Amino acid sequence: MADISSPTTKVVDAPRRQRGQIMLFVTTQPMGSAGLIVIMIMMIAGIFAESVAPHDPVTMNYMAMLAPPTLEHPFGTDAYGRDVLSRIIYGARTALVIGLVSSFLGSSVGALIGVASAYFGGKTDMAIQRLIDILLSFPIIILAMVMVAILGRNLWLGIDINLVLAIAIPIIPKVARVTRSAALSIRELPYIDAARTAGFSHARIVLRHMLPNVMAPYLILLTAFIAQAILLEASLSFLGLGVTEPTPAWGLMLSGNNADFYREAPWLVLFPGLAISLAVFAFNLFGDSLRDFLDPKFKA
Amino acid sequence: MTIDSQNLYRAETGPLVEQSEPLLSVENLNVEFVTSRGTLRAVEGVSYKVWPGEIVALVGESGCGKSVSSLAIMGLLPKPAGRVTAGRILFEGQNLLDLSDAQMREHRGRDVSMIFQEPMTSLNPVLTIGVQIMEPLLTHLNMTVQEARGRALELLRLVGITDPERRLNQYPHQFSGGMRQRVMIAIGLSCNPKLIIADEPTTALDVTIQAQILELMRDLSRQLNIALIIITHNLGIVARYADRVNVMYAGRQIEQARAGALFGRPLHPYTLSLLSSVPRLDQRRDHKLATIEGSPPNLLDPPLGCRFAPRCPFRIQQCNEEPPLVEVEPGCRSACWRSRELLRGDLALKPQPAIPDHDAAEEVDVAPHIVVRNLHKHFKVSSGGFLRSATSLVRAVDGVSFEIGPGETLGLVGESGCGKSTVGRILLGLEEPTEGDILFNGAPLPLGSRRSARDARRAIQVIFQDPYASLNPRMTIGQIIAEPLLVYRLEPNRAAAAARVTELLRHVGLFDYMSERYPHELSGGQRQRAGIARALAMQPDVIVCDEPVSALDVSIQGQIINLLEDLQQRLGLTYLFVAHDLAVVRHISTRVAVMYLGRIVEVAKRDELYANPQHPYTRALLDAAPIPDPAIEKSRKPRALTGELPSPLNQVPGCVFHTRCPLASAACREVVPELRELSPGHRAACIKV
Amino acid sequence: MVTYLLKRLLLMIPTLLGVALLVFFMLRVLPGDIVEIKLSADGAVVSQQALEAERARLGLDKPLAAQLGDWLVGLTTGDLGRSMWTNRPVYDEIATRLPLTFQVALMATVIAVFVALPMGTLSALYRGSWLDYTLRIVTMAGLAVPSFWLGMLVIMMLLLWFDWLPPLGYKPFWEDPIANISLLIWPALVIGIRYSAVVARMMRSSIIEVMQEDYIRTARAKGLFERVVVARHAMRNAMLPTITVVGLEFAFLLGGLVVTEQVFNLNGIGRLFVQAAANNDFTLIQGIVMLIALIFVMINLLIDVLYALLDPRIRFQ
Repeated sequence: MADISSPTTKVVDAPRRQRGQIMLFVTTQPMGSAGLIVIMIMMIAGIFAESVAPHDPVTMNYMAMLAPPTLEHPFGTDAYGRDVLSRIIYGARTALVIGLVSSFLGSSVGALIGVASAYFGGKTDMAIQRLIDILLSFPIIILAMVMVAILGRNLWLGIDINLVLAIAIPIIPKVARVTRSAALSIRELPYIDAARTAGFSHARIVLRHMLPNVMAPYLILLTAFIAQAILLEASLSFLGLGVTEPTPAWGLMLSGNNADFYREAPWLVLFPGLAISLAVFAFNLFGDSLRDFLDPKFKA
Repeated sequence: MTIDSQNLYRAETGPLVEQSEPLLSVENLNVEFVTSRGTLRAVEGVSYKVWPGEIVALVGESGCGKSVSSLAIMGLLPKPAGRVTAGRILFEGQNLLDLSDAQMREHRGRDVSMIFQEPMTSLNPVLTIGVQIMEPLLTHLNMTVQEARGRALELLRLVGITDPERRLNQYPHQFSGGMRQRVMIAIGLSCNPKLIIADEPTTALDVTIQAQILELMRDLSRQLNIALIIITHNLGIVARYADRVNVMYAGRQIEQARAGALFGRPLHPYTLSLLSSVPRLDQRRDHKLATIEGSPPNLLDPPLGCRFAPRCPFRIQQCNEEPPLVEVEPGCRSACWRSRELLRGDLALKPQPAIPDHDAAEEVDVAPHIVVRNLHKHFKVSSGGFLRSATSLVRAVDGVSFEIGPGETLGLVGESGCGKSTVGRILLGLEEPTEGDILFNGAPLPLGSRRSARDARRAIQVIFQDPYASLNPRMTIGQIIAEPLLVYRLEPNRAAAAARVTELLRHVGLFDYMSERYPHELSGGQRQRAGIARALAMQPDVIVCDEPVSALDVSIQGQIINLLEDLQQRLGLTYLFVAHDLAVVRHISTRVAVMYLGRIVEVAKRDELYANPQHPYTRALLDAAPIPDPAIEKSRKPRALTGELPSPLNQVPGCVFHTRCPLASAACREVVPELRELSPGHRAACIKV
Repeated sequence: MVTYLLKRLLLMIPTLLGVALLVFFMLRVLPGDIVEIKLSADGAVVSQQALEAERARLGLDKPLAAQLGDWLVGLTTGDLGRSMWTNRPVYDEIATRLPLTFQVALMATVIAVFVALPMGTLSALYRGSWLDYTLRIVTMAGLAVPSFWLGMLVIMMLLLWFDWLPPLGYKPFWEDPIANISLLIWPALVIGIRYSAVVARMMRSSIIEVMQEDYIRTARAKGLFERVVVARHAMRNAMLPTITVVGLEFAFLLGGLVVTEQVFNLNGIGRLFVQAAANNDFTLIQGIVMLIALIFVMINLLIDVLYALLDPRIRFQ
């Protein structure tokens, strides 16, 4: 159908005025916009948890142990009488901080390694790619668990830095692989040849001509791995290898003896899991739409 | 293949059957596409007829609706975006648009079949050729597998594929592009259709293969009395093969005539301009090319009235109303208010200014600007052996030497894979040669990508083929052009650089405000101009033009060629012009070198080479390229070079061309011929001349 | 074809060797002595003698080169050392649990393939319809729901609605098929849901991509029935990338099983790995990591074989 694909179909690849970009995203990607709204609500809840949450998430209340959902405790209380809704709201903060930081860390280091590996080529590239091959042969949760076992814990401002690292490290090889191939295909394009013909320095070619054009896959991966990181944090916390009590975290709320109340207190199982699912779903939805939006190949 | 002489000569007379019932009659066809940016009216009011056994051409530039209208005949418009909004398509009296999907399916491949542009991707990679040829036979003709196999073998022989028993069980990747197109033809012929639609069937193929395929299609059409609709943008193909022609522009049909009449006296200004903007293989270059200014309209928002009016040199007030397609003289229809004036010869394009002849200046003996000596570029290709990965050597460039004088244009022609682009890339420092050296203004040019090499190379710049990929999509046109100015401090400050950008934009025929635009906001031709401005910003002496017009539409090609010529004269530039289009090369070059499989086989002054080609390959190339003039085409004998390019993995001993050469003898298989001087400045590498 | 496979087989060796070296050096080069981490993680104050004794028991008192030699030689003979926690051979710890995990993985794969292929294909063929949207939302939900929570929901549902729980304790299939299946079907289902979501998405996008290929247009231009176009021309080509995903996800199933086995109280490899990680049982960790790497390269070999069977461009290389 070469006939009807006029040059204008290639516009997606280039920057446009930002407001127009956002409007275009909202109008063409309704599902992604829905995801974005959920993400924003979660962010607001996480940032302003102190004012949003009806109760303190850590204060125990032995008078109200395992209370079913009421107006006072919309999502009920846990075995220590702590308000489940408040713990979920504070848990959003934990999930988002760990998810955002580790995905940003992992994706950025990965992208840098990927682009550098593609640009330098040769033996450097070979060595990096073999290492990445090896790391890619493991499920990310296994890598993260090995990292947790090796690194131990290291609390800093209430965040377990080593947990963030343990989640970030398995992301690195995945992002590096994708950005490397993106950078490799860009390296073959005539405008890079033109820059080389003009005799520009390697630094200028990489920073000015290659990196900006790898931004699209980078952004897509970044959002996709926020979802993965949230899921990973929840799984690790569930296994007792992630966030520890008393910090409120979704995965933690489902772990240990909290799971023994299937019959007595199903709300303890229901709501934290819903929170995880909704958060991951929202980021996936947004990431998918972002890919459709930025990648012309998937355009209708 | 033998064709009786009566059939052969029908090409000259054309079928005398207009009185009889047409096989296909397209009436007032309208096709729309619903896109995210609005409704695109791809085809509006197209009507034409095809009689049994004749060859009808649908000509136009990309986006004019020629392919879409043929997909409508096949019922293959992409769903749900495309739909026919009005009109009838009568095939043997039956309106195809009334048929249900199931009835349409029975029709496809049996009565009408289609051949597509891309032979490399049009066959299913995981099914054998045999299965793919037998499919329509089993579906439509209820043949047994045994019968279908027999017919498939017969078809393969018919389209000139040797050893069909073995070939039948092979997969598409084991065939070359030309051979795959032959297989596509075999599939198209399988059920003895009455009509074959060929959509740009040879655009993706080299010129010698193109000639083979088109000759085959014409012969089979005559022999089997199958009507053929050829969709193409190539006016030469139309002139050589078509009986009747329909010209389309921006979704509308603007002219319809017999081939002879159309080329002899076009009755629409678009056709007239198009014909005079195409460089000619058979004519000396003495004038600049006529051009069609501007670019085709956006079909999402087309102009009112005549679509061509904004670009038309004969525009009048009345053109604000849409001109109907009317019969101007018997058999010739035109959609132009002034077609009668064109018929009387009252309207003519302004004559183009003459170009001073370079040849005179060349007689003065000046030192060459660039000397290329014994250039080699060999690539190692791993061909997957066991344990020890076997590598074969591809000799992309194998001992090439030439000189380019100051202000001269050396045209480097050849088919794909001949190494012409690699020579350009070595000159630009994008590839390091395996052997050989280059002198620039008498001094050796440092090769490779080291700092010193890059600095020395600033005087050699480049214009690429693909206007979409040659500009960084994340930078504005202004930033792209200003970048070298600022990096090399060619201008003292940003303001001066901005002023220089404006000046450069004007040089290449763009407007000041375009410096703020991103590449995707410009048309293909404008992007190519921006690419030229970027090259000029470096103040080069030499520009390597790597197929600079082959990705552009015919009406835009002329503009860019003229611009390159203007700039050469104004700035005293030297060009290495790499291209496959012999006519374009003839127009722009001072001297021409022909390459085949990594070697230069012939080099001569432009007119000498075209008037008096010596090497059999040069002759074959010139023979294969069609000329947009049916009168001349009739006088040329149909001779196509047989065979295909040998695989670059197998090194050909002796003369690289001997496998396809009509003159080849035993000696040619042993001796590697040297470039010998036949007359002053004319050298050829062949022991037979 | 044979040389192709032999070459692939040989290519497994450097990968496995790489994993072995990486594991070896990671546990020895990183800051902190694994024995110290292990022993002090138990809470007690550790005496120097205890450390030395433990090092000697694990062979960590030897020079690095000798340790590496032991490790590599051990790998080729299946000797993966002894668990730092139970003191049983790592090989035995793994071997007793492998059948259970393998069976769950196999069942999950069957479920995934049977659910995902039709789902992905339908979604692609009716692209943009309400069916496509529904299926896409369902698959995306399948990706978002954490498998441990899904497992808990399943148990809760069985308990609250049917007042029934899967049998405790694992019985091999040939001993008690009913008990075996009624125990393992639930984790297989839970894992299978996520698995089929991944495969269905791949199938959808590859069918969409293939349906835009020129050869699909050729097939239609021949007048073939649409079902033939889809089944013979589209599906076979779309299967190639899908097979890769099915294989890789199978190799990665252990990731999901790590948490799912925990929820269902299954004594499989996943649970073993969680225990090893929680107990800082480094010998066991390295043993399981090697097992995962071995599974990964074997699966890749299998994918290569299937590819070669389906794609003549590889078969006739």
